[in-house]
Amino acid sequence: MPLVNGGKIVDDSFVKLAVDTPLPESGDILVPAERFLGEAEGLLKRAGKVGVIWPNNRDIAELVPYLGKVAAVALVFPTFRDGRAYSQARLLRERYNYRGELRATGQVLRDQFVFMLRAGFDAFEVKKQADAEAFMQTAKRYSVFYQPTGDGRITALHRRMQLRHSEGVGT
Amino acid sequence: MYAYDEIDRTLVNERVSEFRDQVKRRLSGELTEDEFKILRLQNGVYLQLHAYMFRVAIPYGTLATNQLRALAHVARKYDRGYGHFTTRQNIQFNWIKLAELPDALADLAKVGIHAMQTSGNNMRNVTSDQWAGVAPGEIEDPRIWSELIRQHTTLHPEFSFLPRKFKIAITASDHDRAAIKIHDIGLRLIKNEKSETGFEVLVGGGLGRTPFIAKTIKHFVHGRDILSYIEAILRVYNQYGRRDNIYKARIKILVHELGIEKFSREVEDEWQHIRNSSLQIDDEVIEDIRSRFTYPAYEKLPHMPDELRQAAADPDFEAWRKNSVAPHKVQGYSIVTISLKPTGGPPGDATAEQMDALADLADRYSFGEIRVGHEQNLALPHVAKRDLPALWKALDKLGLATPNVNLITDIIACPGLDYCSLANARSIPIAQELTRRFANHELANLIGRLHINISGCINACGHHHVGHIGILGVEKNGEEVYQITIGGRADENAALGTLIGPGVKFDEVADVVEDIVEAYLALRERPEELFMDTVKRLGVEPFKERVYATR
Ligand code: HEM
Ligand code: SF4
Repeated sequence: MPLVNGGKIVDDSFVKLAVDTPLPESGDILVPAERFLGEAEGLLKRAGKVGVIWPNNRDIAELVPYLGKVAAVALVFPTFRDGRAYSQARLLRERYNYRGELRATGQVLRDQFVFMLRAGFDAFEVKKQADAEAFMQTAKRYSVFYQPTGDGRITALHRRMQLRHSEGVGT
Repeated sequence: MYAYDEIDRTLVNERVSEFRDQVKRRLSGELTEDEFKILRLQNGVYLQLHAYMFRVAIPYGTLATNQLRALAHVARKYDRGYGHFTTRQNIQFNWIKLAELPDALADLAKVGIHAMQTSGNNMRNVTSDQWAGVAPGEIEDPRIWSELIRQHTTLHPEFSFLPRKFKIAITASDHDRAAIKIHDIGLRLIKNEKSETGFEVLVGGGLGRTPFIAKTIKHFVHGRDILSYIEAILRVYNQYGRRDNIYKARIKILVHELGIEKFSREVEDEWQHIRNSSLQIDDEVIEDIRSRFTYPAYEKLPHMPDELRQAAADPDFEAWRKNSVAPHKVQGYSIVTISLKPTGGPPGDATAEQMDALADLADRYSFGEIRVGHEQNLALPHVAKRDLPALWKALDKLGLATPNVNLITDIIACPGLDYCSLANARSIPIAQELTRRFANHELANLIGRLHINISGCINACGHHHVGHIGILGVEKNGEEVYQITIGGRADENAALGTLIGPGVKFDEVADVVEDIVEAYLALRERPEELFMDTVKRLGVEPFKERVYATR
């Protein structure tokens, strides 16, 4: 599955571990939530970055004490119809100020990129190669946004106010 | 009328180009039907019995004449010459080709019309009172707020993949014409003691398999906080709403399972985190939206012009006027409801010719504005009283002057088996038969206000639960059977109807309705006692007896 990060297809440095996969000596690992919470101290001590795979039905608040220490949080879209991870992503970025990698995993298709970017994702395990290649083009599809989110884009409401004020000058 | 600016138009065009690309990928096989389904639904495209059905949004039911002409154009060019206005203030086209859809959308985009979120598990087209802005006694024009919410919910990055569809309706009048109590969120515009604008917020209403009347979650949310409050409700719902069973995924089930107190605590908790965020709306923003609604330059007109006095001699005109003309907040003007329920016709249908002609009439007589109501009728919101006789003559020629608004033949019906792939039974032919049975205007008038609602399956698109008489088609041993309820209503006193007994066969439905009506006429205390009042006073028993005694 190609990984898009920073708008480019990149190699994934993280290795995904299952609940019972033996821990590698070094290297970056992505660990399921359950295992992470159970062994957090040990995991965080070893060499290499640690990321956590957080299921979409588990309260994201449980992860908050560790947010400064994890290098990546991978949220899950079991199907592209299941949008719970959008809320989790916004909470992580906007309420808990998480600044590390926020990765979308599962059924990640190009038609969801804009929503995901706006919710705060910056890394994407894309299901189809063609979608990954179309990332930049798809991400730029929209230039107008109606809602404020943590991505900082100016909303239509505020764009109008700006226009109005600039037009107002000198009249 | 709300005028789209360059910013709104850009978004609509970007949406069209995205959908064009999605259709292309579907046609080339790059997208599977499963992947495409949700994308097309988000653009109002269903796969139906015979063809693709295309559902176009008419936000809060307000149309400009160029927009109505564009709908006529789509009916003519891409469909079979007609469209079907629905209980969601939308219009549906039943015979559209997938490959032509992007072009149809592009044609509509030119006049600021789109099909975004008319379907799918997202926040649907915001609905409101079709008399918004002209109803006497209204708190203020609810469309200002409807538009704010329309914008906020369009392509929302967090709530475009909810557990289920999500509907918001707004009213600003004591008499609720927007049926807010059967919506996921119902908003009632009110003023607090300080005369500030805000909302009573209701949540968890809905029909379908498990009908619920919405409950009040908060008595007053200030206008500046309404977006954050809605966002809080949606966030709680997105996280905790059930996804294991589509029949239980609506917010009404979550509210019911948690209880309104617990649910409202969750929402309150969430809201405290976000209410002071950038979701807070300052007056300037609201004023900006308000400034893009234009209102007619009304003239100073007499309350009772000569034209109207003279026309009163014509009993046909008077029958129509009494039935279809309602008071306007400005003296000398009226609101005219246009019945799309002619005798023998499918409720809600309008031909391309009718739409074009109506657009002309709206230009001449209603400052270029048309409204769509959830009863599947249209309205001209600003007609000078002196023009009523001329307007009536013109409408009559178009077959649009049936004087049956709010009477027994003003039936709400879903498409049923004639078009819908989910249907268990026919709806339209039942409605047609009933309009013939009660075609006599004197009789219908004698009966008075009586709403019949028909759905072809449990999904309740025809709002049968809230019909004064509700008719629900179900399937039993391969046969169409109809369950009859009475006592439902969708207004400020919304209630669900009560089943009167076992289902009846297709051929019997009209007879049963006649029996119910006869029973009512015999039972009512005075002619002013409406059907609903008699049902309230006596319950269903006497009606049940009358219907089943001989069956
Ligand atoms: C012909 C294609 C149609 C299809 C496939 C369709 C599908 C559905 C489905 C599946 C539901 C159930 C939602 C639930 O579980 O709550 C539903 C509900 C509804 N539909 Fe339709 N529908 C169609 C046409 C219409 C039409 C023509 C109208 C208006 C006349 C309409 C208005 C509604 C309304 C108001 C509900 C709401 C029930 C509620 O509040 O829960 N639909 N529809
Ligand atoms: S109520 Fe059933 S039959 Fe009627 S339109 Fe809705 S889904 Fe189809």
